[in-house]
Amino acid sequence: MAVKQYIDAIHDALYEEMQRDERVFVLGEDVGVRGGVFRATVGLYETFGEYRALDFPLTESAIVGVAIGAAAAGMIPVAEIQFADFILPAVNQIISEAAKIRYRSNNEWSSPIVIRAPYGGGIHGGLYHSQSVEALFTHVPGLKVVTPSTPYDAKGMLKASIRDPDPVLFFEHKKLYRLLKEEVPDEDYVVPLGKATIRMDGEDITVISYGYALHLVLEAAQLLSQEGISSHVLDLRTLRPLDNEAILTAAKKTGKVLIVHEDNKVHGIGAEVSALIAEQALFDLDAPIARLAGPEVPAMPFSSVLEREYQLSVDKVAQAMRSLAQF
Amino acid sequence: MERVNETVADIQMPQLGESVTEGTLSKWLKQVGDFVDKYEPLAEVITDKVTAEIPSDFSGVLDKVLVPEGETVAVGTLLCHIRETDEVNHSVSSAANDEFQQVTAQTVSQTTSQVHEQTEPSMATRSSLPFQDLDFSSQTNSSSQDDELVFRKGAASGRYSPAVLRLVQDHGLDLREITGSGEGGRITRKDVMRYLEERSNSSILIAPAPGVQPTQTTGSSPSDTPHLVEDGLQPQTLGENRGPNNQISSDDVKVITPTPLRRIIAKRMVESKHTAPHAWTMVEADVTGLVAMRTRIKQDFKNKEGIDLTFLPFFIKAVTDALKSYPMLNAAWVEDKIHLHQRINISVAVATEDALAVPVIHDADRLSIVGIAHALNGLAAKARSGRLAISDVEGGTFTVNNTGAFGSVLSAPILNGGQAAILSVETIVKRPVVIQDAIAIRSMVNLSLSLDHRLLDGWIAGKFLHAVKERVEAFREGLLIY
Repeated sequence: MAVKQYIDAIHDALYEEMQRDERVFVLGEDVGVRGGVFRATVGLYETFGEYRALDFPLTESAIVGVAIGAAAAGMIPVAEIQFADFILPAVNQIISEAAKIRYRSNNEWSSPIVIRAPYGGGIHGGLYHSQSVEALFTHVPGLKVVTPSTPYDAKGMLKASIRDPDPVLFFEHKKLYRLLKEEVPDEDYVVPLGKATIRMDGEDITVISYGYALHLVLEAAQLLSQEGISSHVLDLRTLRPLDNEAILTAAKKTGKVLIVHEDNKVHGIGAEVSALIAEQALFDLDAPIARLAGPEVPAMPFSSVLEREYQLSVDKVAQAMRSLAQF
Repeated sequence: MERVNETVADIQMPQLGESVTEGTLSKWLKQVGDFVDKYEPLAEVITDKVTAEIPSDFSGVLDKVLVPEGETVAVGTLLCHIRETDEVNHSVSSAANDEFQQVTAQTVSQTTSQVHEQTEPSMATRSSLPFQDLDFSSQTNSSSQDDELVFRKGAASGRYSPAVLRLVQDHGLDLREITGSGEGGRITRKDVMRYLEERSNSSILIAPAPGVQPTQTTGSSPSDTPHLVEDGLQPQTLGENRGPNNQISSDDVKVITPTPLRRIIAKRMVESKHTAPHAWTMVEADVTGLVAMRTRIKQDFKNKEGIDLTFLPFFIKAVTDALKSYPMLNAAWVEDKIHLHQRINISVAVATEDALAVPVIHDADRLSIVGIAHALNGLAAKARSGRLAISDVEGGTFTVNNTGAFGSVLSAPILNGGQAAILSVETIVKRPVVIQDAIAIRSMVNLSLSLDHRLLDGWIAGKFLHAVKERVEAFREGLLIY
């Protein structure tokens, strides 16, 4: 076992899957010769050749459209959208084609594509390199939307996504790429999609989160444990389909639920999670379900000061958790 | 213009139950000039259904009392005026007050602006509400802030979360026994869990030793005590050693909140039994002569007087006579002094459907048997229809308890209202009795006496009982009852 960064875990998963199954190939902007702007596909061009690490022009609709066609022809494409912000030109392909092929063809065809996209802010990326777009897709039946928060999960879930017979949107929070390292097994493993996991066991409050925000929650929970507040932290990992059972169990454990995400609040993931809890666990609730999320403004500002103000922080998360614990 | 800062609020006789149309103001708990807090009891009121305290709806000074103690008035009658000091919330309602209406329109507008000023600070406190900190995204969305505010206010004022209410239902708990640790004293789910844990720990201590006084076993907080008793009883009553989690299910017990009157009865019974060391003694009396006499005259009596002639007036007469001979029985122990009552006022227990009334025949010793019969009849009718006045229940010095009315042959009554003694007249039954070595069928009655052993001893009690016995045995045909 080796200690790996998140970005390495992504790279290894791609490498191992391409080695395992020759139908697997990557395509996207700068994924070939350049090895990806975040270096996720470095060396794939050299190892697997130009036809399995396809460089594409700046046409996201084509990247996804070609992937869907290749999948229909029996390939397993892993498309990279350089920044999740740029996925919007491909939305027609994703929602109207990939998501619906199985349904439209009465189960004869499927679209086993993976679309990887780095998302999220905090890297001074401004309006066009900081967006969280997951909620745009979690509403769509036929799609799976995943966002692992650790290197181990990143590798295991990317492999699971590649092996999944249906389209998977694989969102990688770009701030996580080089934020933390952990031991990642060299041998083959998968982390199943649709399963949330408990990151910390606690008694007083339940915090449900995902992506980079999860790490703020965990840090805040450490802080609060010194104040005698014990937090139960659930990492959603997969945003669609949600792990209803894990969410309800975690909510019932403490009766006080806080949902934290970087994406803005209105109609966000937290809205669905909170509705689920309200529908099925009302009589276990000891406090109103609380949400801490990004502000309702159009974009992450470019100014460092405003970017900091926009973003979640350990302090903001800790304050929200504290309030809930005191309620 | 002095009145600008003052408003006067009215307190009315409340409707203290369905079909209640009037109430008797039994006692003013505040005097004119006293300061009264909002919700503080102002007066005690007795209706035919309940005895209740009237809380003040306002904070202020009791300005004017309009109904004197002892008077019975209709629901809605003005009882008193309160000069408010907290006019913010109530200036509108008090505008209806006569005096206030005389104030000029200008004053009213000033009061209104005052309301505004006073409301503002409470608006300002919103920003300091901690829960708002959760709401980072709603700077532009004030309505969601308001929603949260509403919940917070509610939670702090006695609302409970679904989780708490479910636990309460599942375990049959009384929320009043649980201390809240949440915001504004809210009872959290954790508080309930902790309470349940403590409770089950306590019953583990008790369960292995059924029969032991349960309250002795633990040193936990006083709020646990009622449940300790309950848990402790389980192994005894069910004859098995139940586990700590086997609480009585809510189906097995229906919990009734007693009426205020029932609570007063309970309180007085406990007080009496706790303060006065009760002793008990009994004689039996041969009332064959009395029975024969009553049988002969009762129809005539009914025709003449319009009421039934019962045995009780005869026993009361006998008691009043005996009390004259033994005045120590007509007494009370009050703060280490013995109060010898100079008047003989006989309290008579009258049972109604759900309560017990003890009206008083004042100066019973001055009444003939017929007089007593009429007094009794009047009081019993008043008691059963709930129309007893304060004066009807005050001043008793000795109680006669007609337990024979419900078939009892032996009872040990609890002393009433600090009196030194209470006599139970049991059912008159025909029994074979030995008279001069022969057996005869006689009408016999047991006379049971409970006495306060602080001021009475068995000897004097025995003498008194004997005097009563002599008199009732002396009643026979030819007795003058007028």
